[in-house]
Amino acid sequence: MQNLQLLLQAPVFNIQLLLDGMFIGAVFALAAFGMALVWGVMNIINVSQGEFVMLGGFITLMVVQAGLSPLLGIPVAAVVLFVLGWALYRGIIWRIVEADMFTSLLATFGVSIMLQQLMNEIFGADVRTVESGLGIWFLFDGMVTVTQIKVLAFVLSFVIGLALWLFLKTARLGQAIRATAQNARAARILGIDTDRVYAATYAINAALCGAAGALVVMAWSIHPYMGLPYTLRSFMIVIVAGLGNLAAVISAGLGLGVAEQFAGFILGAEFQLAFVFLLLVAVLVARQVMLARKRQYLK
Amino acid sequence: MISRRTMLSASMLAVALALGGMSTTGAKAEDCSITLGAAVSLTGKYSTNGKHTKNGYDLALKVINGKGGVKVGGKTCKLAIKYYDDESTPARAAALAERLIKQDGVKFMLGPYSSGLTKAIAPVTEKHKVPMVEANGASRSLFTKGYKYLFAVLSTSEQYLKSAIELAAENADKMGKKPNELTIAMAIENDPFSQDIRAGVMEDAKRFGMKIVIDDKLPKELNDMSATLTKVKALKPDILVVSGHAKGAATAVRQVAEMRVDVPMMAMTHCDSAQIIKKFGKDAEYTLCASQWAPTLKYSDSYFGSAMDFAKLFEKTYGYAPPYQAAESAAAVLVFKDAFERAGTLDPQKVRDALAATDMMTFYGRIKFDETGKNIAKPMVLYQVLQGKYVVVAPSKWAEAKAVIPRPKWSERK
Amino acid sequence: MNRRLRHISALTALFAIGLVGPWLMPAYISQFAQLWLFIVLALSWDIMGGQTGYNSFGNIIYFGIGMYASAVAQVGVVWPVADYTAAKGGGTEFVFTAEQIYTGLALGIPLGGLLAMAAAIVFGALLLGMRGHYFAIATLGLAVAIAELAAGWDYIGAGSGMVTPTLPQEIEGPVLFYYLSLALAVLAILFYAWLYSTRFRLAINAIRDDEDKAEALGHHTTRNKMTAWAISALFTGMAGAIYGNLSGFIDPHDIAFNAEIGVWMILMAILGGKGTLWGPIIGAIVFFVSKELFWTYLLGWQRVALGLLIVIIVVFFPEGIMGWVRSRWPHLFAAPHLDGDEGNAAAAATDERKEAANA
Repeated sequence: MQNLQLLLQAPVFNIQLLLDGMFIGAVFALAAFGMALVWGVMNIINVSQGEFVMLGGFITLMVVQAGLSPLLGIPVAAVVLFVLGWALYRGIIWRIVEADMFTSLLATFGVSIMLQQLMNEIFGADVRTVESGLGIWFLFDGMVTVTQIKVLAFVLSFVIGLALWLFLKTARLGQAIRATAQNARAARILGIDTDRVYAATYAINAALCGAAGALVVMAWSIHPYMGLPYTLRSFMIVIVAGLGNLAAVISAGLGLGVAEQFAGFILGAEFQLAFVFLLLVAVLVARQVMLARKRQYLK
Repeated sequence: MISRRTMLSASMLAVALALGGMSTTGAKAEDCSITLGAAVSLTGKYSTNGKHTKNGYDLALKVINGKGGVKVGGKTCKLAIKYYDDESTPARAAALAERLIKQDGVKFMLGPYSSGLTKAIAPVTEKHKVPMVEANGASRSLFTKGYKYLFAVLSTSEQYLKSAIELAAENADKMGKKPNELTIAMAIENDPFSQDIRAGVMEDAKRFGMKIVIDDKLPKELNDMSATLTKVKALKPDILVVSGHAKGAATAVRQVAEMRVDVPMMAMTHCDSAQIIKKFGKDAEYTLCASQWAPTLKYSDSYFGSAMDFAKLFEKTYGYAPPYQAAESAAAVLVFKDAFERAGTLDPQKVRDALAATDMMTFYGRIKFDETGKNIAKPMVLYQVLQGKYVVVAPSKWAEAKAVIPRPKWSERK
Repeated sequence: MNRRLRHISALTALFAIGLVGPWLMPAYISQFAQLWLFIVLALSWDIMGGQTGYNSFGNIIYFGIGMYASAVAQVGVVWPVADYTAAKGGGTEFVFTAEQIYTGLALGIPLGGLLAMAAAIVFGALLLGMRGHYFAIATLGLAVAIAELAAGWDYIGAGSGMVTPTLPQEIEGPVLFYYLSLALAVLAILFYAWLYSTRFRLAINAIRDDEDKAEALGHHTTRNKMTAWAISALFTGMAGAIYGNLSGFIDPHDIAFNAEIGVWMILMAILGGKGTLWGPIIGAIVFFVSKELFWTYLLGWQRVALGLLIVIIVVFFPEGIMGWVRSRWPHLFAAPHLDGDEGNAAAAATDERKEAANA
């Protein structure tokens, strides 16, 4: 509780925690967009989400090693991951789209451990970082510091979220994706190539994660076994936000990031994850209890 | 028909086991090769240091075999090492140790990376009376159990940051305080080894009457410690202690710079395995790093030459400067060689007794085991990063320069 | 040969192998002990996942609780636990005699199971109202949270973990734990075989096939779910208790609440064929043997191979080995008038697939 007092005595640190939480939360949201999309359209919970983020980071690392600007890593990672996502769909995922959700959970889990060790073999297990080359802003006499790459990550998440929303609303393919999400059979009857829609959806998801990974390696760090926490957080965000509401995904992502920072500060780093996941369970139980009154249940 | 299926699975088992048996390569007397067994982390969270460990073992093997091998009772034997990947998990490591000893017939073991894994393996080697020389399990609790077949070439965990705390006490006046007024912030990973370091820091702090104001245990997954560092900014401790393998070191150096956290002293472990100078350049300046070994120390032996010669050979072979994890691992192989030759036989019991009587000088430092099996002859050193180089600043016997305390504030740096 | 006879002869053969196995291949005794425990884990996952239709990602919770509970009891009968863990697994002063070890195990293993069961009842009350993937994710979230809490609790050693009591020289650890594992597996298999021959199986299968209808028909669905979940936890907890002793060292993340073992439980059941008695058993054997082979011969690539295996299993054999055998040699299962539930389960599984395809 001493830590809590500290926050009350020196309110400026609240700002630091809030900002840091929002920055990391925006990146969580970016990965969660894709998860919501794949979940909503294909009824697949993609467990390899965190591994796509990790791949995006490693691709950025390669971009830098090739002597290019790290910021170029963001589009490059997105494009490469798009292609990889498409290939994964054509190779594996199309076989499980129609299967029950549990099958897809396990299949994508299989994909995720393959990617982990593959990256471990190629890049080694070192923690990797990339210097973005961007500077740092100091606020409140240096009490609060803001790295510009984190701000970029934050802004980009919003921009990408908006672009995705526009794409789903107006573009031909976007409309096809929404139609497929609503009723795949009807969409097929109306002449939509649902197989292609699924492939595009999965590839877009991978691309979003790739962009997130590029930001993670510049603002934080990556290593081959970092995936699971990102996957779990994406889950959590999507569950809280529900499917098909991008604004809710962003706010849930930011909320999660901020909650984690404050939990880490007040309870100590060792209880940061425990707090977050107990929160997840609590949210689910609360929703369940409310529904149970109406004799409904979470499904 | 069901029994046919049962038979099918039974025969699958049999095939699997037969395959397993084929890989058996024991220490055979005829061609005189000595096989050391080792489970190291090639994948998982320790794989960076696992690789350093393996490279250290391999380099020593190459050098020893290149210089004619091991002379055991009139015969000249080649050394070989059989590796398995323990995936950085204790359960796996224990099973692999069992496999190495029972299935592969290994009679001598080299240690894995990390205390947690050594803790898992030691009971197995102990039970089978297989001598194990380990170079990467520093946890003190390994040496309070009365193990008879466990020997460690490195200094134990409680000594890691001891010299950092002592240095703080010595320099308290430079920070404008008495030693017992100093405050410490700890951000230490929540794993057995790092927690042992934490216990050591707490003891030393108590000895000087220093106060611990932050005691965060970093989760294994964390790649962001900004919440802890915000606390550091708020509470302004005099010493920030960070320990969390390579990941912890890298994260701390980067975020302390990014967030402009001003602390008079920042001490950590695993700087060189995290390559903080190469990765973070100026941001790493003035960081104090605990190390088992440094290339600039004036130790030498007849295999590698001086510590610096070892560093050069290692860099030539693997393309990077050796972190101390590699050096101590190479030293472990030297210890085995020395013991084999003094024992004059490959009888595990006699080799064990020879190991217990070890008293030798290596490029890594002097090695002499006490009755619990830990090396009592070699001190830890403390580096400071100064002008892009690791400079030994403590203990004073080896110090190349005086430590810069307090660190310049970020606003005063160029 | 009728089904019941085949059943009994297969079980007898399995147990016979279990009894003589260690003498034939003494070098593999620890691996065999693990295999028996994995069979228990797969079977215990299947009573919820396969029979009741509640896919739990959280069974690892009971594994970990059982492991810690047993270790605390085993230490606690002789020494103060907090002192023991504070000494990071103890020094030479923490000596256990053979008698103390046996007492500890006799107390610890059942206690591990019972405590896990108690936890299951509490968590069940909270979570069993959820269905489908919400249940799966809630259990997963709970598992992660509990692992973190265990890693922050000093009484059980926090992140430093806990060493199970060191055995005195006269006890052959692997042999003792092998027979304990075997005994647990025999107990579990016989218990589940009996349970699945009662009407309880029909009741929980009804929940899997259509919970609303089952409830409308007057089934006590909540009570039945809770019972199945508690049984699952009981056996998983006891398996955890033995596994902790087998590994000798308990780490909160890497052993007790190891997420990977949590997934393996599921995978073994799916591989063998969920919703059957023999499926999880065969699945565990096949999975365990191939895992050991990968880990030995594909050093550095073992997970790539395992990942590939998982993908192949779920993509091409979604009904598992038993499902594949059933569609290949249907006459083996064609005796619906004797104990027809397996035939029904097959039909239900086919229906499910059709439904999923239509959804």
